[in-house]
Amino acid sequence: MAYPYVSDREVRVVSKHFGDPLQRRIDTYVERGGYKALAKALEVGPEDVVDIVKSSGLRGRGGAGFPTGVKWSFMPKDTNRPHYLLCNADESEPGTFKDRELIRWDPHQLIEGCLIGAHAIRAQHVYIYCRGEFFETTQVLARALEDAYAKGYVGENILGSGHTIDVTVHAGAGAYICGEETGLMNSLEGRRGLPRIKPPFPAAVGAFGMPSTINNVETLCAIPHIVTHGGEWYRQWGTEKSPGTKLFCVSGHVNKPGNYELALGFPLSELIEDVCGGVRNGNALKAVIPGGSSVPIINAEEVSRCSLDYEGCVAVGTMLGCASVIVMDETADIVKQVRRMADFYAHESCGQCTPCREGTTWTAKILRRIEDGRGTEEDLDTLMQTTQNMVGTTICVLSDSVAAPVQSSIVKFRDEYLALIRRGERVGAA
Amino acid sequence: MADMVTLTIDGHEVSVPKGTTILEAAKTIGQEVPHYCYHPGMSSPAMCRLCLVQVEGAPKPMPGCVTTVMEGQVVHTESEQAKANRQGVLEFYLVNHPLDCPICDMAGECDLQDYVHEEGRQHGRSVEPKRIFGRDDFGGDVLFYGDRCVMCTRCVRFMSEVEQDQRLTVVERGSRSVIDTFFEEGLEGTHWHGNIVDICPVGALVSKDFLHKARAWDLEHTPSVCTSCSQGCNIDLHTRDNLVQRLKPRENLDVNGWWMCDHGRHNYEWINQGDRIEAPLVRDEAGGTKALGWKDALGSLLERAGSLSGASVKAVASPFASNEDLGALAALVTALGGGETVFRSARAQEEVVLKGFPTLARRKDLAPNTHGATSIGMSRVGGDEATGGLDQVAAHDGIVIVLGDALSDLDASFGEKASLFVYVGTHTVAAAATADYVLPVTTFAEQEGSFTNLDGRVQRFWPALQAPGMARPAWLILGAMVAELAGSEPARSAADSFALLSSKVTAFGGMSYDDLGTRGAVVNATVSLSGD
Ligand SMILES: Cc1cc2nc3c(=O)[nH]c(=O)nc-3n(C[C@H](O)[C@H](O)[C@H](O)COP(=O)(O)O)c2cc1C
Ligand code: SF4
Ligand code: SF4
Ligand code: SF4
Ligand code: FES
Repeated sequence: MAYPYVSDREVRVVSKHFGDPLQRRIDTYVERGGYKALAKALEVGPEDVVDIVKSSGLRGRGGAGFPTGVKWSFMPKDTNRPHYLLCNADESEPGTFKDRELIRWDPHQLIEGCLIGAHAIRAQHVYIYCRGEFFETTQVLARALEDAYAKGYVGENILGSGHTIDVTVHAGAGAYICGEETGLMNSLEGRRGLPRIKPPFPAAVGAFGMPSTINNVETLCAIPHIVTHGGEWYRQWGTEKSPGTKLFCVSGHVNKPGNYELALGFPLSELIEDVCGGVRNGNALKAVIPGGSSVPIINAEEVSRCSLDYEGCVAVGTMLGCASVIVMDETADIVKQVRRMADFYAHESCGQCTPCREGTTWTAKILRRIEDGRGTEEDLDTLMQTTQNMVGTTICVLSDSVAAPVQSSIVKFRDEYLALIRRGERVGAA
Repeated sequence: MADMVTLTIDGHEVSVPKGTTILEAAKTIGQEVPHYCYHPGMSSPAMCRLCLVQVEGAPKPMPGCVTTVMEGQVVHTESEQAKANRQGVLEFYLVNHPLDCPICDMAGECDLQDYVHEEGRQHGRSVEPKRIFGRDDFGGDVLFYGDRCVMCTRCVRFMSEVEQDQRLTVVERGSRSVIDTFFEEGLEGTHWHGNIVDICPVGALVSKDFLHKARAWDLEHTPSVCTSCSQGCNIDLHTRDNLVQRLKPRENLDVNGWWMCDHGRHNYEWINQGDRIEAPLVRDEAGGTKALGWKDALGSLLERAGSLSGASVKAVASPFASNEDLGALAALVTALGGGETVFRSARAQEEVVLKGFPTLARRKDLAPNTHGATSIGMSRVGGDEATGGLDQVAAHDGIVIVLGDALSDLDASFGEKASLFVYVGTHTVAAAATADYVLPVTTFAEQEGSFTNLDGRVQRFWPALQAPGMARPAWLILGAMVAELAGSEPARSAADSFALLSSKVTAFGGMSYDDLGTRGAVVNATVSLSGD
């Protein structure tokens, strides 16, 4: 199989069936061992499932990397009020395209993960919140869900266990901010997609005011495998603190962009050189954003020292985020790329918090002016300070996400800014 | 006390009930943390980010409006870091703000102006073109200047949470966010929307009625009570050039919270009405009238009354008169030999309840002091239009005294039969054509006094305007006559007059002006008023 590109360096757990259209069929999925983990989970009960997931060390794949088993254990043990599991399939971070693929190629893997997760947190209802633009994906998922209902894997008395779990696929209306967990809850409830103030945290007051847990698609897709094989099995890959495998969405100036599932801790330079076939046209590498547009940009030297796990990225001053690796070669125009990210955040800010509402647009306007050759050196100081005023001062971290690329690029690629400011000339074209 | 939490704010130890927010706790030591989105009468979205304070041990600045106090917490609202945070946030507010203070109605009482002046940067750093929304008519009394909006959503929350008629919303997101109405009618037909102008911290929502009428710093503010229904909302009269320019609600959680209705807010032009009676007028033998000084006028009036000994009195009072005025009238009627006092008042068909603050409503009883009049022993006559019911008075051949009622449904034949007809009012009215004495009195806005609202709450008001000519408060002139007849000391102040009332009428027993203060107190005995 040749899902756009594959590499023998990969460890394909959740992406094993990418490229195989048969996997979408429930019969194939079951033939290949599907829904067995669900049966096991229903048998052992919530506490044990949480323990297995805790022992695997699985960390949330939505960006923050919070240990999933620990998050599940925050849910109240009683069920006086309904509990909800929310699956975050709003995938909108620039550079990220893994959740869409997980759903498209292997929808039952996600449904099974959702059911196990729901059982673990004693929820009887799962909402899968899909990004509004994901028409085909949402359709594939909805069809798979119908099949799963028909075969008795979802709904009342699942597999004769006496447990009831319903799953609803909900299509968003296309807003990045609805991927933020509490923005998603408001949107799901039919309100404006505005992030909520925490506390209260979702495990206490979440969707519809009820105890809720929210997990990313990739996180939930790993669950059936972990439940089947155990926590230790999952720990055979990755590092002590970042166990397991992770999908890397590589885009930009490499010969073979695409999704690659690798053991965490994989060296970034090898991902580029080996797995992705190197930088295009034999060009020199200029910069990489390893975790999606919200994390600091790193230069070629930092790339050479970066290992792709949560701690390894922090060690070189960036973050793993959702592992969306954006590669830029020597022809890249850093100022333009950063301005485009700022434009994105300005467009997507929900507008509640003043530093974010005003700061994102202001940042984008300054960057545009610099790009157009009308910038000044003071603009760079202003940008450093005003973006700093956007960090830690808002309800959610969208605001902080602007500071990351702007500040890191000004520090690391100041020359490019200065070149535009002094001569009104761009470096590179892309 | 187990429910109290002790913490330190700006070096002061503070004890407040558990669950109090840092912002409210700071108020107890007189520290006002700057804020826009927070309003004590509504939910807190914590979105303006202006109230960020430094809490020792917290990884980032905390919004004071939603962060509740914790035992032993150390909070700084004025530290270098707290100030730097605020300055940082304030700078963002100016990125798109038009700074058109010179032509903005809010200038002088604007929280953006004040905060930036106090703590903002000396020079703005933004040189980018500003976003432009322009102006919009929101219907009702409200104009929206979109560019001035600081997006605190107080207006949206007032309409959805307090009036509970969701007419406003935020449209779009990010810096394209703008407040808008759903349909063409906007705020039209709602009853409390004037409040959104009050709570808008900037000049984004302005009153059409007040637009460009006066600058905020030229207005005098006088605490008063709304006279447009029996709720008795606490208000401030904003005056300039001896005219009322607008009414604003004054906070009183026991009566009106922070709010007032649109009906009451806009019913003030009558106070400014000219053509006042400026001197006591006495009818002469030839049938004409002659202006006299107070001493001569009251002297001759008492002489006339004395010559009619044995004549009974019928008086018509007004529920717009103060407790003191009504008390003095009642005392005069008694001193003249006794009789009956009635009053007329308008009633609306429906109450207009403020759903999110249900103890407040525009009441059916459209007068401010019906309860006071009833407590003093006067009875209501006539219909719901404040008409009719005076046939007996019109036919009376003894002494007739009218205080404040404009007698608008009656003609010049009224009082013809009376042996003595005294009209006490602010304006010459047709039905007082045969009055032997016309005595000019002040409006509530020109005198000190009190009203008793429908719950029996006695509330004081203060003089805001200069009275025209020789007009004097009714309690003063009626009280002077009572004193003359009884050979006692007259009341020389409204407080004295209230003390007299309190000594005579049990409902007011034990109360004094000092106790009432600016918030009022509830009378001892409640009188039952039919249909409230
Ligand atoms: C602005 C913003 C956008 C986000 N978008 C997504 C998203 O599209 N998908 C996602 O899984 N998590 C997203 N997150 C992270 C979620 O808030 C949340 O942490 C995550 O869904 C938790 O799942 P996990 O524990 O499985 O990682 C976003 C966060 C922020 C602040
Ligand atoms: S930080 Fe930005 S996106 Fe997040 S809640 Fe505030 S305004 Fe909305
Ligand atoms: S119009 Fe005024 S009250 Fe409404 S959001 Fe804007 S600033 Fe706030
Ligand atoms: S409710 Fe009554 S007292 Fe209050 S403002 Fe309206 S009319 Fe005046
Ligand atoms: S008052 Fe606290 S954030 Fe607005």
